[in-house]
Amino acid sequence: MNKKILYIILFVLLIWNAAIYAQQRFPKPDFESGYNYPEYQLTDPRNPAWEYIDVVVLIVVLALTTRFTLKTRSRKSILLISLFSLIYFGFFRVGCICSIGAIQNIALALFNDGYTLPLSVLLFFLIPILFTLAYGRQFCAGACPLGAIQELTGFYSVKLPRTAEVILSTVPYIYLALSILFAATNSHFIICKYDPFVGIFRLNGPATIMIFGILLLISGVFINRPYCRFLCPYGVILNWVSRFSNKHLTITPTTCINCRLCENSCPYNAIIPSDILQEKESMIKSRKKFILYLILLPAITLGGIFFTQMFSNDLAMVNQKVRLANELRMERENGIKAISIDAVTFKESGVTLDQLFAEEKVILTRTRKGAPWVGGFLGLSLGIALLLTTIKKRRDEYKPDQGSCYSCGRCFEYCPMHTEKY
Amino acid sequence: MSGKNKYQNRRDFVKSVGKLAVALPIGYLAWELVPKTTAGEFVWQIDPYSCTQCGQCETNCVQTVSAVKCMHAYEMCGYCDLCSGYLRMGVKELNTGAELQLCPTSAITRSFVENPYFEYTIDENLCNGCGKCVKGCADFGNGSLYLQIIHELCVNCNQCSIAQSCPADAIQRIPATKPYILKEGYKTDES
Ligand code: SF4
Ligand code: SF4
Ligand code: SF4
Ligand code: SF4
Repeated sequence: MNKKILYIILFVLLIWNAAIYAQQRFPKPDFESGYNYPEYQLTDPRNPAWEYIDVVVLIVVLALTTRFTLKTRSRKSILLISLFSLIYFGFFRVGCICSIGAIQNIALALFNDGYTLPLSVLLFFLIPILFTLAYGRQFCAGACPLGAIQELTGFYSVKLPRTAEVILSTVPYIYLALSILFAATNSHFIICKYDPFVGIFRLNGPATIMIFGILLLISGVFINRPYCRFLCPYGVILNWVSRFSNKHLTITPTTCINCRLCENSCPYNAIIPSDILQEKESMIKSRKKFILYLILLPAITLGGIFFTQMFSNDLAMVNQKVRLANELRMERENGIKAISIDAVTFKESGVTLDQLFAEEKVILTRTRKGAPWVGGFLGLSLGIALLLTTIKKRRDEYKPDQGSCYSCGRCFEYCPMHTEKY
Repeated sequence: MSGKNKYQNRRDFVKSVGKLAVALPIGYLAWELVPKTTAGEFVWQIDPYSCTQCGQCETNCVQTVSAVKCMHAYEMCGYCDLCSGYLRMGVKELNTGAELQLCPTSAITRSFVENPYFEYTIDENLCNGCGKCVKGCADFGNGSLYLQIIHELCVNCNQCSIAQSCPADAIQRIPATKPYILKEGYKTDES
């Protein structure tokens, strides 16, 4: 009984002194029975050497995919290597780090001196781009686990109308620009947060993301590769690099005879038809359009810049610190009590409001600096895309559009021309 | 070159300009970033001295049973009979009934060592990382219980999803060569 009263007194005394960190309130016991402190069995993280094994596997997979798309031209081999990538990069390494998410680490490292970038992340970002520059989107064809899971489940292909395709494919540009902005200002890694398939790879994850992933997979059965086409930010980079690639997959192994058999074979609308059979828009008309768009280009870019600048404060709200500062400012000015966990923790932490506001200001300035670039980039991309529609190259053969072709090899079997198999 | 037609020439030119326009930024990126890289890897850990046991660890980990678990720095523990990390505040009776325990999953076992000392061990398979016991221990005890990310369970996300929402900024990226931040000593009020 006595002991209890003592404890209660102790408790009361200690409440006044409650601090969040460790304080020695009770002395270390003197054990007489020869008691030994238990040992902790600490589990090690995955051996860092794995990261480099992964890089090697990535290179080998890319090299093999290149062989299968350009040389042996075998859709089956491409699917097999995709399956391997899905199992290895997807289920075995549970999805992190992937080249898509690496964009954010690159942006963070580029704009923040305090951040050290693991070499493996840089390699994961650069190697697929280099392969793309040389041979087209080999990464998408065979190495990307996200691409693989979609390619392997795309059983039927329903083609979207071209306008829907064009409108939806602007989303990745916005996604890319925002993810770089948020990563560069150290606010959020949105690509990782909204990665739809990583939960499936881990067989575990937040319910919303799991549902999103499964819905995307189901829609991908009909509208193939929905993530690649309408979301993937890395795809934007690869798209542009691939347009200038040294070599690229061709539909026909020899020469195109304009038989039109492959015309509808690509589920991604990536085949540009030959135009020798079509009437052409008059030169004058397309030249006029070209000049119009050329004049519009700076206007659209400026428009983008102004637009995002206007919203830069809202963009900054993605940052946790900025949100907290806003909440506390509201409390100070309007008396609305700040009750979020962040606010409560902040009040206990002993950091002054001024310190917080100073930090907020740094983030705000950085976002304000970065936001116009986002708008400028989006405006410029839109302008260039418009401009490109007016440039009609003369085409006397069916060719994949090097930007949007994933080198998936679906079109191979439609071509009636054959060479001897390797 | 002279054998090719005008269009071909123009196309080749555009292509090499484009190639250069793409290759240059890539080269620049590599040149700029290589000095900032390290061959090592990083893992996520909680700084137990900044952690405020806010409860985000339980709910915000991408793993549905959080990779964060309660660990026990035995050498800091007072082996108290009336453990403020084990028992709810204000209990009148001292027994081990589940309704008296702070831990929602009954992950803590209490075992008698010698009078008046009791050892408290945490079953990691049951613990969900809610931090209730840690808070109890930090507020009224020695603070020997603490939350930590267990590498066997953590998938080492590119960006730890708890770090994103941790109000105390307690989650840090540390070199994988020394992968655990263990609680080993007391902090005084001043530090
Ligand atoms: S577009 Fe993106 S998600 Fe699709 S395969 Fe390419 S990198 Fe992967
Ligand atoms: S290889 Fe390219 S053009 Fe052919 S079906 Fe696949 S994405 Fe379409
Ligand atoms: S109270 Fe919460 S943190 Fe502590 S052992 Fe139980 S589940 Fe784990
Ligand atoms: S890194 Fe990922 S798995 Fe590990 S604790 Fe953080 S959110 Fe959980």
